[in-house]
Amino acid sequence: MAHVHTHDADHHDEKPAGIGRWLFATNHKDIGTMYLVFALIMFFIGGAMAMVIRAELWSPGLQYVDPAFFNSMTTTHALVMIFGAVMPAFVGLANWMIPLQIGAPDMALPRMNNYSFWIMPFAFTLLLSSFFTASGGPAGGWTMYPPLSLQAGNSFPTMIFAIHLMGASSIMGAINVIVTIMNMRAPGLTLLRLPLFCWTWLITAYLLIAVMPVLAGAVTMLLTDHYFGTSFFNPAGGGDPVMYQHIFWFFGHPEVYILILPAFGIVSEIIPTFSRKPLFGYDAMVYATASIAFLSFLVWAHHMFTTGMPLASELFFMLSTMLIAIPTGVKVFNWCATMWKGSLSFEPPMLFSLSFLFLFTIGGFSGLMLAIAPADFQYQDTYFVVAHFHYVLVSGAVFAIMAAVYYWLPKWTGHMYNMGLAKLHFWLSAIFVNVLFFPQHFLGLAGMPRRIPDYNVQFTDWNRVSSLGGFVFGLSQLLFVVLILQCVRGGAKATAKVWSDAEPVGLEWSVASPAPYHSFETPPLITDANTHHEHV
Amino acid sequence: MANAHSPADSAKYYVPHGSIWPIFGSVSLFILMIGASLTLEGGEGVPGTAVLFAGFALIAVLFFGWFGKVISENEAGLYNMDVDRSFRMGMMWFIFSEVMFFAAFFGALFYARNLSVPWLSGAGAKQMTHSLLWSHFDGGWPSNGPSRLGPHEDGSFETVPALGLPLVNTLLLLTSGVTITIAHHALRAGNRAILKIFLAATFLLGFLFVYLQATEYREAYTELGLQLKTGIYGSTFFMLTGFHGLHVTIGAIMLTVIWFRVLRGQQTAQNHFAFEAVAWYWHFVDVVWLGLFVFVYWL
Ligand SMILES: [Cu+2]
Repeated sequence: MAHVHTHDADHHDEKPAGIGRWLFATNHKDIGTMYLVFALIMFFIGGAMAMVIRAELWSPGLQYVDPAFFNSMTTTHALVMIFGAVMPAFVGLANWMIPLQIGAPDMALPRMNNYSFWIMPFAFTLLLSSFFTASGGPAGGWTMYPPLSLQAGNSFPTMIFAIHLMGASSIMGAINVIVTIMNMRAPGLTLLRLPLFCWTWLITAYLLIAVMPVLAGAVTMLLTDHYFGTSFFNPAGGGDPVMYQHIFWFFGHPEVYILILPAFGIVSEIIPTFSRKPLFGYDAMVYATASIAFLSFLVWAHHMFTTGMPLASELFFMLSTMLIAIPTGVKVFNWCATMWKGSLSFEPPMLFSLSFLFLFTIGGFSGLMLAIAPADFQYQDTYFVVAHFHYVLVSGAVFAIMAAVYYWLPKWTGHMYNMGLAKLHFWLSAIFVNVLFFPQHFLGLAGMPRRIPDYNVQFTDWNRVSSLGGFVFGLSQLLFVVLILQCVRGGAKATAKVWSDAEPVGLEWSVASPAPYHSFETPPLITDANTHHEHV
Repeated sequence: MANAHSPADSAKYYVPHGSIWPIFGSVSLFILMIGASLTLEGGEGVPGTAVLFAGFALIAVLFFGWFGKVISENEAGLYNMDVDRSFRMGMMWFIFSEVMFFAAFFGALFYARNLSVPWLSGAGAKQMTHSLLWSHFDGGWPSNGPSRLGPHEDGSFETVPALGLPLVNTLLLLTSGVTITIAHHALRAGNRAILKIFLAATFLLGFLFVYLQATEYREAYTELGLQLKTGIYGSTFFMLTGFHGLHVTIGAIMLTVIWFRVLRGQQTAQNHFAFEAVAWYWHFVDVVWLGLFVFVYWL
């Protein structure tokens, strides 16, 4: 049978040519690149929607867009950013880095890997095509609460089916990550030697497989309630619209950890490198991640404190939510302890990681405020909630993704990037993300409701500050694109270690930059010397 | 050559070089979803269902093409034990995702029975809804809600008795769980004749189950006044049993395909991932049915 094997063994660094390389891709790096480029495009589409929102909110009253279009902007901004930008960016990073970090030849199921990617552009074409239906885009909020969402016009099925496709893509991507990590590790790479980015992604993948089908079920019930006469969310038939919220948030709360756990992993890789110290409390980090994932299934109704739940449920969900602060606190303390007495340097990935640490923690604290059920009656559906989740998702998840890109871009392209431009991008982002979102805390506490195109005049000043911050933040992201394009085209040659003076640890730094087209064809042997931490 | 197909003879983990099937599958799904959307909202003169069925046809081509490619690679001995293990783990996690999909609908059933219907009847914290909107409503289970939604003018409906066809169907599925286990043992022992008979028995029992369920649905629709639109009972009944029936159909089709592969001499004692994957799937469908029989039909 030997002749069959040679077909694959002989093509060492030969890349397939032309468009077929991308359409028929099975290489984890090519698929990772497609995911990352797709995420970047969606980041700008979702960002453009945010610009429309901030422009409309520049002044009280209605100026540029009609209210229905405004509502479809807030709805699709969320769907595009969550499912189109942040999640695919993390999957792209997983594709690129996990096989490199565990010494594998590729992802475990390469064809399915391609399938999970190529579903995404079609899913978003379907979603965004709904703007061209007679009723305009979906406008009932990304959470799609009935009965409002059931009053949608003919954009309704495209939104539902787009979500089904995104779910299918996520589940296949997650299965691939789990199987790759559980089955493809190099000999000696025991689970407690696994880089933290792999660990957090492994746990994220479990969450994805557990909750994406539940979301699929929830939107399927919406579809049948709308078109086939079922009564899941219709009290006249014995159902309950609040039941939708329970099912949705059973998905939705683990989903927020899906959006942040890989970010924890990224930061846990970068902070030790630029502190020139091993990560403090590696095992604790792993157990904290697992605890967060476990608890995330027990807190969903903190999104529903004002729906008139029984008192016992209010108390249970308040307390279980606050419990999550403990493992999250362990992580924050461990990152601080890693830097303690370290020899710190402030390259762009480190800058983004540090601002992640500060700003994500602010978002965590406002989350604790929201977890207090009696206080939440005041905060519910105000801009305070908007400020909270943008702190954890923009200055949290998105900043971590940027940190990851700045950390590994030379490994991908083989070139160093323009450090000055990267630092300019960092400072503009870090300053104006606060100008953008911090005033929204004040607006929310003062009672400005979210998802409304108009507001009372006393909210004007802080809305102007916020919009100004939004425009500068949005424009400064163009620097990121310029920098990436420059780095792909050329620049100083990157060494295998890239950050040589920081001595980064991990298998990805043992291969050349750019990483060869095929990863480890013969697995390396792993010892404590080339893992991320010291066992004590 | 008998052992040439065993999974152990390839040293390297097989990474396929380019494949048309995933992108073909993405386009097929896209066409399917556009067809479904047009069917629901396309309006007059839009050939929504034609696009929808084109999508289904393309998906069928996809399965034959993609799985056919995988089968031929497997038969050529390209897959080593590691690849085999990846397939197994992938199938297990896929089944777990299916479990969670059913969990959403079981959750809806339990919520309706234990919370929303009692609340609408005035229990607990939701008294005002009851006294202001539907003070006459005293819902037990089964219920089609305070407005007694359904096909009958007076809102009456009957449920399918658990001890009729559902019990027969339970026995059919449990028997099929035994026959597929016998077939599996025969496969591992190299007893191809027993394998062929019991594998055929399994999918025939599966198709018989689907036929009886169709009979049950027809009676429910025509005689019992139990339809998808019969309030929350009809909604949970048909969505749960319907998705389950769909899974039985898919499972039985997969078993049939495996049977034809067995007739061709594929699926050896050492190398039979496909058989085991479908067997796991079949047991999963079996377990879901037990949940349905207890919570939907019986209690
Ligand atoms: Cu939450």
